[in-house]
Amino acid sequence: MTDQRSQAEIVRQSLKRRYRKERRFRLYGMTAIAIALLSLVVLFTDIIGKGYTGFIKTTMTLEVVLDGEQMYLDDASDKDQMSMADFQAPIITALQKHFPEVEERKDLRELSRLAGSYASNQIKDLLARQPELLGTTQTMEFLVHDTVSVYVKHADNPAYSIRLSEQQQRWVDELVEKGVVDTGFNDVFFSRGDSREPSNAGILGAIVGSLLTMVVTLVIAFPVGVAAAVYLEEFAPQNKFTDFIEVNINNLAAVPSIIFGLLGLAVFIGVFGLPRSVPVLGGLVLALMTLPTIIISSRAAIKSVPPSIREAAEGIGASKMQVVLHHVVPLAMPGMMTGSIIGMAQALGETAPLLLIGMVAFIVEIPDGFFSSATVLPVQIYLWASSAEQGFVELASAGIMILLSFMITMNALAIWLRKRLERRW
Amino acid sequence: MNTMNSTVTSNTETTEAHAVPVQDERPAETIIQEGVTVGSPYADDPKFKLRDVEVFYGESRAIKKISLDIARNEVIAFIGPSGCGKSTFLRCLNRMNDSIDICSVKGELMLDDQNIYDPKRDVVELRARVGMVFQKPNPFPKSIYDNVAYGPRIHGLANRKSDLDDIVEDSLRKAGLWNEVKDRLAATATGMSGGQQQRLCIARAIAVSPEVILMDEPCSALDPIATAKVEELIAEMSESYTIVIVTHSMQQAARVSNRTAYFHLGHLVEVNETDKVFTSPDHELTESYITGRFG
Repeated sequence: MTDQRSQAEIVRQSLKRRYRKERRFRLYGMTAIAIALLSLVVLFTDIIGKGYTGFIKTTMTLEVVLDGEQMYLDDASDKDQMSMADFQAPIITALQKHFPEVEERKDLRELSRLAGSYASNQIKDLLARQPELLGTTQTMEFLVHDTVSVYVKHADNPAYSIRLSEQQQRWVDELVEKGVVDTGFNDVFFSRGDSREPSNAGILGAIVGSLLTMVVTLVIAFPVGVAAAVYLEEFAPQNKFTDFIEVNINNLAAVPSIIFGLLGLAVFIGVFGLPRSVPVLGGLVLALMTLPTIIISSRAAIKSVPPSIREAAEGIGASKMQVVLHHVVPLAMPGMMTGSIIGMAQALGETAPLLLIGMVAFIVEIPDGFFSSATVLPVQIYLWASSAEQGFVELASAGIMILLSFMITMNALAIWLRKRLERRW
Repeated sequence: MNTMNSTVTSNTETTEAHAVPVQDERPAETIIQEGVTVGSPYADDPKFKLRDVEVFYGESRAIKKISLDIARNEVIAFIGPSGCGKSTFLRCLNRMNDSIDICSVKGELMLDDQNIYDPKRDVVELRARVGMVFQKPNPFPKSIYDNVAYGPRIHGLANRKSDLDDIVEDSLRKAGLWNEVKDRLAATATGMSGGQQQRLCIARAIAVSPEVILMDEPCSALDPIATAKVEELIAEMSESYTIVIVTHSMQQAARVSNRTAYFHLGHLVEVNETDKVFTSPDHELTESYITGRFG
């Protein structure tokens, strides 16, 4: 009896200890998750806090008198005259209307700097399209200069006003009050390529570049990766050579991505003479980088197909090829696709290898094909983040938001596909 | 702590005692002679003629010189303790062991006087003639119709849709499943009950009109009612097929088979008429096994 009681006592004490251990372990886990979540929240607040202004554009609406005499232009359809004309003058005049007291040359120059540097181009484009408008008065909306835009968007933060003189700040305040300077949704950001002027720069070029690159990556990496996985898993004999291949594939998955960039530079540009900074080249390099991921996840997916299904098919006389094509690959497909999408998301966010193959160039035009110069989202963000103008900081953050939303979409797609196509047996 | 330790030890002892099957005074090896089977292992004009069959897994010999005839349209049951090689032997009959790299088969295995292990032999054709039903129901995660139609499709047995429909209906009827599923042929097969799934697997096997059906413990995952249905089905099918069934249930062997073969540690110890095996077996080991002294 005493023996039994003491045993129960021992068990009870050890139980207490076990529960304490369990609680402690759970606490560690929760702390880890809390830290991760907190970092995520900090990251997102920071990016969104900095970047939301990137989705806002600042414009000024001016009554512009298209006075031919002032612009040294008497025929807007004459190309020679158009290339010599002064389109800045009407803008200065229009601004001067709001501030008649400004007369000195130096002050006028400061005043004219409120408008964006592409404002005069806007007038030129209008006249080039409709020469008959020469001599009329038009109400036009111009993007303001980057410094003004930043100042307007961060009116409560003096750190953003240092690039404007006090006089300019006064003018802007007055224009905002009059409603001449206004903010709105930044459609420019979504409809243009890169620019030297932050308020005129858009991300569309990078988005299109990324999409084109991803298409090339997918078209190359997915079929090759799946085929390699199927061969290695189903047909390859188990010997030293296949072991060697397996070790190498696993190694490749861990190779720093910049090495793939060097490879692309040496082989695709050096040996095959592909043009630099085009989506085809970027896609090829990223496909090489993504292949190990796709092969490894596809092999895992094939391995997870229950042997009973194989046996069932073999048992009624399906050939090896039929077993693989009719049963194994369809059942492994969700896993293969999930792995591939995750690999693609990784490739979408990759910068380093693309720097080496020239996709870091400043490209204004939106790429129109696989062989036209392009840049991609992460590289665009890198370019903006390393630019000096304050306006580019918010664009970089906005770009990060776009990139993140693409990645979240892709990962959500992967999860949805897995849930949707997963079959039970 | 001491007490706990002793509990653990005693547990291990029980497991070990369980794992050693022989409680006879003489170890099993001494009363089996390699290559010798008591009873009546041979038949006239057999479907399968198997002589001196040996199966190796790498170095170890899983099947030791087994000779056996399987007659046409008979139901023969393979019984024996776990690990005695009955499933391995069964799988030699349609070369399902081929996919295991380290497995090699020696001896003479003839199906209708053709060597099963002839290197030139097409294993696809062999399996179309010798179908198989597995331990766990393993329908394809497709519709009921597609499960049954898969075999005829890959072998090109039906040229028209209506032919295929006929084969599917006929097979499902033979498997006693038609009335249960005729209204939901497009439903996925994995949603059926275990017993239905196993009968579907039987329907799938007979859809390619095999001559022989191998069954590897077809009822071990089923409840008694589903088991009864499958056994009924085996009895019906024995009219037109040769059936080889591996089972752990001696009652099942007694109910469905004409002859019973008793395997022990890779040897074929005894083959006799089922009645004889279960009433007056010729070999001591068989008797020990069927009376439940080990197994």
